[in-house]
Amino acid sequence: MNFDFRSELSRRRLLGAGVALSGLALVGCASTSSGPSIGRVVIVGGGFGGATTARYLKLWGGNVDVTLVDRNPEFISCPISNLVLGGHKQMADITRGYGGLKALGVRVVQGEVTAIDAAGRKVRLANGTELPFDRLVLSPGIDFMMDGIGGLAAGIDSGRITHAWKAGPQTVALRRQLEAMPDGGVFALSIPKVPYRCPPGPYERACMVASYVKVAKPRAKVLVLDANPEITSKKGLFEKAFKDHYAGIIEYRANNELKSIDGTTAKLEFDDVKADVLNVIPPQRAGDIAAKAGLVNMNNRWVGVNWLTMESTAAPGVHVLGDATFPAPLMPKSGHMANQHAKVAAAAIIQLLKGEAVNPTPVVMNTCYSFVTARDVVHVASVHQFDATEKTFKTVPGSGGVSSAANQVEGRYALSWAENIWSDMLAL
Amino acid sequence: MNRLPLAAAAALALTAPLTMAQDAHLARNLAATCANCHGTNGAARGDMKVLAGVKAETLIALMNDFRSGNQPATIMHQISKGYTDEQIKLIAGFFAAQQPRK
Repeated sequence: MNFDFRSELSRRRLLGAGVALSGLALVGCASTSSGPSIGRVVIVGGGFGGATTARYLKLWGGNVDVTLVDRNPEFISCPISNLVLGGHKQMADITRGYGGLKALGVRVVQGEVTAIDAAGRKVRLANGTELPFDRLVLSPGIDFMMDGIGGLAAGIDSGRITHAWKAGPQTVALRRQLEAMPDGGVFALSIPKVPYRCPPGPYERACMVASYVKVAKPRAKVLVLDANPEITSKKGLFEKAFKDHYAGIIEYRANNELKSIDGTTAKLEFDDVKADVLNVIPPQRAGDIAAKAGLVNMNNRWVGVNWLTMESTAAPGVHVLGDATFPAPLMPKSGHMANQHAKVAAAAIIQLLKGEAVNPTPVVMNTCYSFVTARDVVHVASVHQFDATEKTFKTVPGSGGVSSAANQVEGRYALSWAENIWSDMLAL
Repeated sequence: MNRLPLAAAAALALTAPLTMAQDAHLARNLAATCANCHGTNGAARGDMKVLAGVKAETLIALMNDFRSGNQPATIMHQISKGYTDEQIKLIAGFFAAQQPRK
C-alpha cells in the first residue's frame, strides 16, 4: 500500500516534470514517506559518465535505488589506451571492475538495452528483463557513421580494419596488427572531421604508434590522414612532437578525408594510400540507444540537453551525459567532461527526486593529458561556468590553456589523473 | 485529486525563477569539479596534491598565488583563473572539512 502510493507520486512527479509540483507532492506525503528509497534511477552505460553518476548518487543521495547497466563486464578506459598501442601499458592497466560500485549498493547489470519506454518509465534488456525507473540516465558514448565511407563497415566486420576508438578488443586487435606489420610498412591513421570523441586523441595515437615503430620497426612510416584542415587540438605542441621525436616517421596530411576503402587501401579525394595497417576513426554520433529512444535532436547526430539538469530537451526525466550530447561552446567530448556532466546530473536528480530546486550555478571543467612520448605529456584545460542568460556553459575568458611545452612532470600527472578519475567514478 | 496541486504548482512555478538563492550544496558541487585529478572529496592518489584536510586559508592563498604567477604551475595557473573568489572560498571550506584518505 505504502509502496503503491510512493510509485504513484513518482509517476506524477515525472508527468509534471516540474520542480514545484514534486515539491508539493513531497509536502503532501511527508508523514507517510518512510520507505528506504527516494527513487529508482536506472543508468545505461558504465563509462565515465554513467559510472560517475552511480557513484555520486550514492555519495550524495544515500538512499537512491541505483541500477547501472553496461554490455561489458568491466570498464576499459579509452584514455591511456593509446599507451597500450605504443606498448607502454598493458590492457590490465586500463581495465577496472565494478566491485567498488557494487559495494556501495549499486545494482550492476551486464546486459544490452534494446528499448527505452520513457512514458512507461522502463528499460528493456535483450534478455527480456525490464527495469523500471523514476529517472533514467543515458551515457551511451558514441557510435559510428559507417555509411558514408564505402567498404568501412565490411572492413571492420572482417577484422581487416580497426577503429580502436572504443577501448577493448579493438585496442588489442590494433596492437596485434601493429606488431605484425613489417619493418618498412605503412601505418595509416584516418581522422574524421570534428566533432568526434577526444579531439587530441588521434594525434596522441600517431605519437604512440610512432614511439613503438621508432624502436621496433625503424623503417616504418606513420601516415596521418586528417579530414580536418589542421590539427584540431594542441596543434603547436603536436607539430613540435612530430618534428622533434618522429621526423621521417610521421607524415601529417591535412584535408585528407577518407572516401572509401579497398582492402587496406585508403581512397581519398585525389589519391589512394596503400597501407599495411589501416586504422580508421569513423565519423561519430550519439550512441545507438539515444537514437532508439528518440532523443537525437541536434544535427541528426547528438542529443540536446538542459545544462542545469542534463535532461534531454526531447524527453524531460531522461538525463543524457557525455560524448552523446550536443556540446556547449568549446566543450570537448572527453571522459573528464562526462565525469563532470555526471556530477551535475547526480546533484540535480537527487534534488528533483526530493522535490527541491536544482543548482542554478553549476560549473564544469576539463583537463586532457596527451602523451607525445612514453613519458612526455601535454595538456589542454578549460573551465566552463553556466550562463543563466544564454542557458549554456561558457568558458571563462583568460582561463584554461595548453602546456608551454611537453614535459615529464605532466607525464606523471597524466597517470595520476587516470588513477584518480577511475577511482572517482568506480569508487575504487 | 490532481487538479488542485497542479494549479498550485503552476502558480509556484511562475515565481520560481525569481528566487535565485545559492544552492545548499554549492560548495560540495564545486569541490567535486576538482575530484577528477585530486580524488573524491580531495583524497588524491599518486602524484596529485591531497586537498582533503588542507586549511581553507592555505588553499585560498595557493590559488591566488597560482593566479598571480607567484606559484609556478604546470596547469593550475590556468584552471584557478576559471573560478571566482567566492567559488574558491567555498571549495576551500569544503576541502578543509574533509578527512584525508587512510
